[in-house]
Amino acid sequence: MGQKMLMKGNEAIAEAAIQAGCRFFFGYPITPQNQIPEYMSKRLPKIEGGCFLQAESEVAAINMVYGAAGAGARVMTSSSSPGISLKQEGISYIVGAELPCVIVNMVRGGPGLGSIQPAQSDYYQSTRGGGHGDYRMLVLAPSSVQEAVELTQLAFDLADKYRNPVLVMGDGLIGQMMEPVEMPDYHKDESLPEKTWAATGWKEGCGRDRAVINSLYIDPSVLEKHVNHLYEKYAVMESAECRWQEEMTDDADYVIVAYGTTARIARSAMRKLREEGIKAGLIRPITLWPFPNAPIARAAEHAKAFLTVEMSMGQMVDDVRLAVDGKKPVHFFGRTGGIVPTVREIITQVENLAKEGK
Amino acid sequence: MEAQFLIAGFGGQGVLLIGQLLAKAAMHEGMNVSWMPSYGPEMRGGEANCAVVISDEPIGSPLVTEIPIAVIMNKPSMIKFTPAMEKGGIMLYNSSLIDITPDRDDITAIPVDCNGIAEALGNSRTANMVMLGAILAKTGVVSIDSAMEALKATFGPKKEHLLPINRQAMEKGAECVK
Amino acid sequence: MAIVYEKTKVLTDTPLHYCPGCTHGIIHRLVAEAIDELGIQDRTVGIAPVGCAVFAYNYFNCDMMEAAHGRAPAVATGCKRVNPNNIVFTYQGDGDLASIGAAEITHAATRGENITVIFVNNAIYGMTGGQMAPTTLPGQVTTTSPYGRDPALCGYPIRVSEMLATLDGPAYISRVSVHDVKHILDAKKCIKKAFETQIAGKGFSMVEVLSSCPTNWGMTPREALNWLEANMIPRYPLGVKKEVG
Repeated sequence: MGQKMLMKGNEAIAEAAIQAGCRFFFGYPITPQNQIPEYMSKRLPKIEGGCFLQAESEVAAINMVYGAAGAGARVMTSSSSPGISLKQEGISYIVGAELPCVIVNMVRGGPGLGSIQPAQSDYYQSTRGGGHGDYRMLVLAPSSVQEAVELTQLAFDLADKYRNPVLVMGDGLIGQMMEPVEMPDYHKDESLPEKTWAATGWKEGCGRDRAVINSLYIDPSVLEKHVNHLYEKYAVMESAECRWQEEMTDDADYVIVAYGTTARIARSAMRKLREEGIKAGLIRPITLWPFPNAPIARAAEHAKAFLTVEMSMGQMVDDVRLAVDGKKPVHFFGRTGGIVPTVREIITQVENLAKEGK
Repeated sequence: MEAQFLIAGFGGQGVLLIGQLLAKAAMHEGMNVSWMPSYGPEMRGGEANCAVVISDEPIGSPLVTEIPIAVIMNKPSMIKFTPAMEKGGIMLYNSSLIDITPDRDDITAIPVDCNGIAEALGNSRTANMVMLGAILAKTGVVSIDSAMEALKATFGPKKEHLLPINRQAMEKGAECVK
Repeated sequence: MAIVYEKTKVLTDTPLHYCPGCTHGIIHRLVAEAIDELGIQDRTVGIAPVGCAVFAYNYFNCDMMEAAHGRAPAVATGCKRVNPNNIVFTYQGDGDLASIGAAEITHAATRGENITVIFVNNAIYGMTGGQMAPTTLPGQVTTTSPYGRDPALCGYPIRVSEMLATLDGPAYISRVSVHDVKHILDAKKCIKKAFETQIAGKGFSMVEVLSSCPTNWGMTPREALNWLEANMIPRYPLGVKKEVG
């Protein structure tokens, strides 16, 4: 661990990526994530072999990522909600061609141009595919700048491990806020396989097969086999890569489920509820896909009810309901459009549940 | 212990720097801190503000919506943030540029003659440090020494010669609220 | 018996799927021969398009990537930036390059991206079944311009080579045709020149190849080549549009 520094989330993510060996960044300006490309444009040209390129569009940027990943590089792009929508085409191709890359989404309020303030209304888009076809992305949701650093570095390893894009999902608050950061000494996972599949130049007898980076499988039976292969990988991810944090859930009557920015506000609410004598607990999904069903199912055995809190009209709450499986009531509280819920609002929600004995 | 600040003014008055120095100093004193700026088009209009939270516990929301301590450097910011003050809150305001007082009788308003003191010291650019000194004296959240360490790190070697005048500004600011 | 002609080793043995009389096969061969003669097979990466040439990755015997519709220049950019020593080419049709991919080709060109673009212009969408392309001639009948392309309704065809030649980034741009032997030999020279431009590190190079589509034009192969010569060349004049010394 290095020295503690006060860093802006966006800049910390960019530096963490560089520390993790990312040497290529392709992006397009959009608020509230501009400090990521700005930081990359300053740092990457000073590093041997590094390249920052401002693309002509989000669409071009994600396809540059496709080309760089196909050539075997650690590569990243970042954007915010409307830009991520534009990238969905490329993301689908990247999944289909089994290329590793890291995509950062600093989510803002939508739909449409929406606002530039923090939101979590891209949960469906992130966890259900987003682009066309049968696929999943690993989705990591940091709730502090320090965690954003750690998850960005993890994202590169996971992308290489599974040959699948990994999405780091923050919001305007995670991106714009400054918090103390200790930049970890990054050590690449030595068990990661070599990228012998990359297109780097080939001829007969050079020791590997000709590389074809491709997502086209015109024969339906071959495509079905390919998609089944992808889903075998997803099954492994579901069993090996679920991450979450639990606080005071053991004896909790009311379990709050929240992620990212919302989770840190929910944590403050939970502590104050405990002071009032209401047994509240918190489950914070760190991976949004795969979704941590297990701790929620466990809590459903003894809790009276769940409250899902999101900066949206209720998207993750669907996953919470699937995990609770009808055993207990699942309530929802959300603010949207770029409004961040307050501690007081969450406390009131839980107090009302307790009063009504729900 | 948790202290929450909302610091607001014109862009160029150094309000973001006041916030960063508070956060950095508290970080060096071992506290949890967060600094959250306003961002986007509202900044283009010349207004700037940031929220700083300092706590010995993990910080929940880095936003400050019911303001316990407001630091107000210009008149539009006073008008904008007075309604958001917490009952019993403290508002330190730059009386050099603000010719009104907040229209609330349930908060404590403390005038600080930031620009006047800075000009008397011979460097009008230290008005924000006068205010920082006043904040430190009023809240005791971090020491002047820690704030100076943070400023030194921010300035770097090129601006090191400006440290003494900034320290004087902080000390004068502290005196005027004692 | 002496061997008088051999297929270049830069094409695989996979049989081409193109229609009878289609000139893609000739253009594939010209590109592959250029790569072979320049001795760059082992460092070449090709980017295939969406369109009739979508399976180009099965035919070119080098490392290949398949790009989304129109995005080949962006994919090539990412690839080339990672490994500048690779020789990277895209192979794109007119719907792919001049319509949905107009932004990507323009910006790759203006950046002077050190890649080679083989742009096959047959004035129609082939793979999807003969719809109007950005290069379809005024009056030309297609499945989406059944009364002939009406410029009042949908504008005029784009002369991509001339347009890109106005930019500062490109180092070499030329337009060639493959409707007869003489022109095929010229096309070969220009394609080779384009790759040489990249090898020399001069920047963006593109060869626009006028090509026929007997199936979707509703002609015999012979008629199609005649139609190309009589109608396309006047609209799309051949020659070098830009060459930086």
